[in-house]
Amino acid sequence: MYGRKVKLRFLFIFIILTTLILTVFLILKSLEENVIYFQSPTDIKKLSDIYKKKIRVGGMVKKNSVSISANELKFIISDFKNEIIVTYSGAVPNLFEEEKGVVAEGYLKDKNFFLATKILAKHDENYMPPEVKEALEEK
Amino acid sequence: MFKIFEPNKIFKITSKAPKYVIFLFVVILTVGLSEALIFSPEDYKQSHAVRIMYVHVPAAWISLSIFSLITVLSIIGYIFKHQNFFLISKSLAPSGFVFNIIALVTGAIWGKPTWGTWWAWDARITSMLILALFYALYLITWRLYEDKEKVMKITTFITILGIINVPIIKFSVDWWNTLHQPASINILSKNVIHSSMLMPLIIMTAAFALFSLLIFLMKYNTELIKIKNKGLDRL
Repeated sequence: MYGRKVKLRFLFIFIILTTLILTVFLILKSLEENVIYFQSPTDIKKLSDIYKKKIRVGGMVKKNSVSISANELKFIISDFKNEIIVTYSGAVPNLFEEEKGVVAEGYLKDKNFFLATKILAKHDENYMPPEVKEALEEK
Repeated sequence: MFKIFEPNKIFKITSKAPKYVIFLFVVILTVGLSEALIFSPEDYKQSHAVRIMYVHVPAAWISLSIFSLITVLSIIGYIFKHQNFFLISKSLAPSGFVFNIIALVTGAIWGKPTWGTWWAWDARITSMLILALFYALYLITWRLYEDKEKVMKITTFITILGIINVPIIKFSVDWWNTLHQPASINILSKNVIHSSMLMPLIIMTAAFALFSLLIFLMKYNTELIKIKNKGLDRL
């Protein structure tokens, strides 16, 4: 039906694609640690030793955990399995709220304490008008 | 197999099409923008910042679709050695590139008030930047090489390299921890975006798609005219 060259070119493209997909897959698999933007408190617990360099921890801001003192903000990041206490001084984004996602950038003091130098609010995928949110909460 | 591609016949249709497309585009864009900016509700959490999404998400969708389309066309064109597929790809690429940049810029504008940062090197955003670089490479290649055989081979290769990035962009938010939120619109599971916000999103996507079609037709007509003027270069 098709010429020999056409079949060969098809095979050529097919092999290139397969090879590239496999290569990229393997590279990404081995680089996973660097690809992720933040680590969860559970990941921190699993660390064998504490990093000296800057890292990011992310999760939910635990309910009723935010406390503000004179020049320090203290809250708990939880991933519903493990928790980490974060201290931070500075401005937080508007969307920083209890029971919402957050990413803290900074340094680990130990496995339970984190000194943040920057706070980012993580937005979730839920979009709805305020009235719908209220109706949902009433339920 | 592809005898239907005769430049004169195609040109008859494509030279008339733009005026209809532009009319449709203006109508749908007007409806879409008024839905997105005026009639749609504000979000419970991010309030009016949600309106950036009505440009950001359609732009990202269109740029991903166009790149996928370019890849498929280039591969078919390469296998069957048919120039027309390359001309279609070449004409599609600029709007894909522009929408890619729009997605990145609106993302940054949205990121500042919500996340608290313009830019984050997370998997979704970085892979989207890589797509923009592939678009740039693709477009530069067309300008760089005169030899048709050469340019077809190189652009096909670039699209094949770039297409691997497309599923990475799509699934990056599911595979890894990213600052970017996962998809709100899912085919298999439930949508987590309210219908009053989904509506303007779909209309804006249609408007952007029409705009891409319009730019495509203009570019494609230019290519056809070039071929007609040369007289030698048959499709």
